[in-house]
Amino acid sequence: MIRVVLPAHLRTLARVSGDVELEVEPPATQRSVLDALEARYPMLCGTIRDHVTQQRRPYVRFFACEEDLSHEPPDAPLPDAVASGAEPFFIIGAIAGGSGPAPFAVDTRGQEG
Amino acid sequence: MSRVRVLVGTRKGAFVLTSDGKRDRWDVSGPHFGGWEIYHLKGSPADPNRLYASQSSGWFGQVIQRSNDGGKTWESAGNKFVYDGPTGTHLWYDGTPHPWGFARVWHLEPSLSDPDTVYAGVEDAALFRTTDGGQSWQELPGLRNHASASSWQPGAGGMCLHTILLDPSQPGRMFIAISAAGAFRSDDAGKTWRPVNRGLKSEGIPDPTAEVGHCVHRIAMHRSRPGVLFMQKHWDVMRSDDAGESWREVSGNLPTDFGFPIDVHAHEPETIYVVPIKSDSEHYPPEGKLRVYRSRTGGNEWEALTKGLPQRDCYVNVLRDAMAVDSLDSCGVYFGTSGGQVYASADAGDTWAPIVRDLPGVLSVEVQTLP
Repeated sequence: MIRVVLPAHLRTLARVSGDVELEVEPPATQRSVLDALEARYPMLCGTIRDHVTQQRRPYVRFFACEEDLSHEPPDAPLPDAVASGAEPFFIIGAIAGGSGPAPFAVDTRGQEG
Repeated sequence: MSRVRVLVGTRKGAFVLTSDGKRDRWDVSGPHFGGWEIYHLKGSPADPNRLYASQSSGWFGQVIQRSNDGGKTWESAGNKFVYDGPTGTHLWYDGTPHPWGFARVWHLEPSLSDPDTVYAGVEDAALFRTTDGGQSWQELPGLRNHASASSWQPGAGGMCLHTILLDPSQPGRMFIAISAAGAFRSDDAGKTWRPVNRGLKSEGIPDPTAEVGHCVHRIAMHRSRPGVLFMQKHWDVMRSDDAGESWREVSGNLPTDFGFPIDVHAHEPETIYVVPIKSDSEHYPPEGKLRVYRSRTGGNEWEALTKGLPQRDCYVNVLRDAMAVDSLDSCGVYFGTSGGQVYASADAGDTWAPIVRDLPGVLSVEVQTLP
């Protein structure tokens, strides 16, 4: 049993209130976890990774066991503690703020020049 | 007695405002999809309880929501917007080629006759359609494949297809507008398109009278007279009496002819509304006075409508999709501001009052007149 922690906006979208528990055939990988997540909650398709390329969206991150796994290959095995359910797999919306420029194209609707 | 339902998209969710035909007491429902940007939501003319909403986020991308009960409950619909075939490039702000890429849905336009058919205008500019109630979306690629497309350039808000007008008298005819490519018309249900920008003059582009490249902010038509179009361009308010074949300026005595929305009275095809904004670098009303301007002559002669609107220290903006009219006997006019106010007039603009004052910044306002 894999435990997945979704960011608040995706919990709302998927209509879940807590962690999501998923059965995933070993070896558990980012891809197999996300495949299982999207199969259970089809409304999440396209919100974590691109529909076509299957690449992680730029401001979504994957954390587990106090490590940032975002740049690991999608087919790399997840840590044993995640595969066993001892530790959750976190899907995170990147923190975007501070005094510098916003890290993505902030919507400027109505600002047509 | 008739009722009115106002659908408000904001930077942090959707709100549904309802009232009876008097339009003096309102119920406010929301936020729906709290925390998400709701660029637009709109009801089907064929089934007013069928609503569609464009929900998006810089982190999590595009979601489409659908309601079958007038906004009480919602369900996620399909959100897979994939361009049809090779996408090529358009021009970036610096004039270099830039790959076409989907960002978000700006505008949803339900079919006039089929609740399951909806057109979606997206950024980067393209037109999509669903015929299964939003479960799947297909591009109508004739627009993006137009010979001029590689020369299209975004406005500062992105290269968005923001306006979709369906001609009720000719089922195959539709108009769209793109910032900053201009207006286009199809007479074959979206298969092929041609620019309809003759008469527009834009000083900010190399050839001010070019066939494409104009920053059209909004187009409006009256259902009874779909060959007459009104346009709020980046600068200039324009009018066409021949379905876009030619345009002439009708800015007349407006204090400034920059602005975003334009709309037409429900029962008087020559009565139109705009909200003048000081300039493209100062996105607030002139003199700090929020004034809707009304022309009863189809342009050129304008009167300021101020009663009930703030006439000092007001520095909000009104965006292109944030004005709408109802079709009650006394036409109601509505608009939302970047400051989160939604103002309503139940007497065609003579007097105004806020329905709500403290929503997140308003991106869109649509109105449904219900039996």
